[in-house]
Amino acid sequence: MTAVVTEADPGLVAAASVKRRPRTGGWLAVLPLLAFVTIAFGLPALAMLNGAFTVKDPATGATSYTTANMTASVQGAYLTALLGSVELSAVSALLAAVLGLPLAQAVVTSRFPALREAVLTASGVLANFGGVPLAFAFVATLGNAGVLTRQFGLTDKGWDLYSFWGLAIVYLYFLIPLMVLTITPALDGLRVQWREAARNNGATGLQYWLHVALPVLAPSLLGGLVLLFGSAFAAYATAAAMVGSSIPLVTLQIADAISGNVLVGQENVALALSLDMVLIAGLVMAVYLPLRRRSARWLA
Amino acid sequence: MAGLTPVRLAPRRPARVRPAPWRPLVLLCAGLYFLVPLAASVIFTVDVPGEGITFDAYGRILGTDGFLTSLLLSLELAAATIAVVLLLMVPAMVALRLGAPRLRPVVEVVCSLPLVVPPIAFVAGLGTVLKWGPEHLSRTPLFQTFVAIQNPDFPVVLVLAYVVMALPFVHRALDAGLRAMDVRTLVEAARSCGAGRPQALVRAVLPNLRGALLNSAFLTLALVLGEFTVAQLLGFRPFAVWIVNVSGSQAQLSVAVSVLSLLVTWAMLLALASFGGRTRTASASGG
Repeated sequence: MTAVVTEADPGLVAAASVKRRPRTGGWLAVLPLLAFVTIAFGLPALAMLNGAFTVKDPATGATSYTTANMTASVQGAYLTALLGSVELSAVSALLAAVLGLPLAQAVVTSRFPALREAVLTASGVLANFGGVPLAFAFVATLGNAGVLTRQFGLTDKGWDLYSFWGLAIVYLYFLIPLMVLTITPALDGLRVQWREAARNNGATGLQYWLHVALPVLAPSLLGGLVLLFGSAFAAYATAAAMVGSSIPLVTLQIADAISGNVLVGQENVALALSLDMVLIAGLVMAVYLPLRRRSARWLA
Repeated sequence: MAGLTPVRLAPRRPARVRPAPWRPLVLLCAGLYFLVPLAASVIFTVDVPGEGITFDAYGRILGTDGFLTSLLLSLELAAATIAVVLLLMVPAMVALRLGAPRLRPVVEVVCSLPLVVPPIAFVAGLGTVLKWGPEHLSRTPLFQTFVAIQNPDFPVVLVLAYVVMALPFVHRALDAGLRAMDVRTLVEAARSCGAGRPQALVRAVLPNLRGALLNSAFLTLALVLGEFTVAQLLGFRPFAVWIVNVSGSQAQLSVAVSVLSLLVTWAMLLALASFGGRTRTASASGG
């Protein structure tokens, strides 16, 4: 019976075969990507995991599994660096969120579409601007021989770019644009009607923000905050080009340990520190993704 | 109804006329914060203490040892990275749209993984793998592979690392591009007109993906040109590493090169933003 049907209706056969054939092709086309990621990303990740839990006996050369590296990575100078990174990232992410929100709001409520376009485009560019050129721009501006430093004699007034707050100011340069980009869709989603409804019910602007706008924005704000935290936490080039290793940051510690600038045999502690970083970054993503989904509920 | 309209309009008019002094103030402060370092960098490079205004730093760039080799190396690495990442990603992403939808979440997770692993942690693992070569494999043919991919003239290992690091951005760009079109219908239409599968892909799908492809290529180019962490820690010397090395002895020159590389990157990304239009590039920074 079925044979008769398929024979009678060649279009059906064609449709069925067209539908079935790409599926095998799909697997084949995805395979190189998966194979590549397994080798280029999976091997280093496994090596990091394995190295973080092994020690090599310097005398016999035998390796054994241990948690000693992980324990060492959360003690002493390494703990200081880890906390320093967390503190710097948290402070600069919070500042960027607090400063980025009014900027985004100013752009969203602006009557000039050109201004909005310009700021958003510039934000897209600046959010991708990190690393070495950023460090040098700030060294030229606020460093020891920087233009502003010389002009205003900032060194005598206690200014030091190569410090915690100096680094935070530099990080803001790419974090604020990132915040503007993250929060703008959410601000766009705030309905004018909500504000009008609040005002018709006698609410002041402050009350509207406290009881309507901020609660609706909360998931997006928190999501943006953790995204900025992750971005600042992973940053290395800017700090390395600017301050060397005078500020305790976990990325600088790992780099030192890899390049053999510390005690021999500490490479595996660097791997343990890397694993700490991955765990923290994973935590950040675990917080970010549900928040992003949640914020979509109101602002769809 | 007639009574309702003025009620709705009445509170709106003061809202529109009400001067918002905070708005220009916020924009002014932001403008100052983002423009002053750029202006100061330019001043720093042309206003040398004791010499007055001079463009010497910019003139010296070309003649400085290592500038051309490091820049060329970075450009070659970028070209290779773009080629590899597009060759891997485009067929996979198109295939996911055509069939094999069950693989889509897999690919999405795989392409997001590099975001969870900071570049410094990635290079720590990569360095460990590269050390296996001399330690365990010195008598196998694999050892030659390890040596070959670390050739300082063209370190393939950097291409591998950069492809991994570019995956999240390329995935997002291509996904946005594919979302804007109906791949299945397009391919079926092309096939009905007698095109073979490869022909349908090249002649029908890829031209429609032009924006997304350009987007991916530019983002990857910016990423590779600015990349410092992996190259420095593996001991290679592309552009970003060269700038830092040269900064110790010639501060003016390194800032001048930074300003230039910045302008070039920005011009590229701005051109992309105006060209690509809708797809905005909110990627994580490589700072």
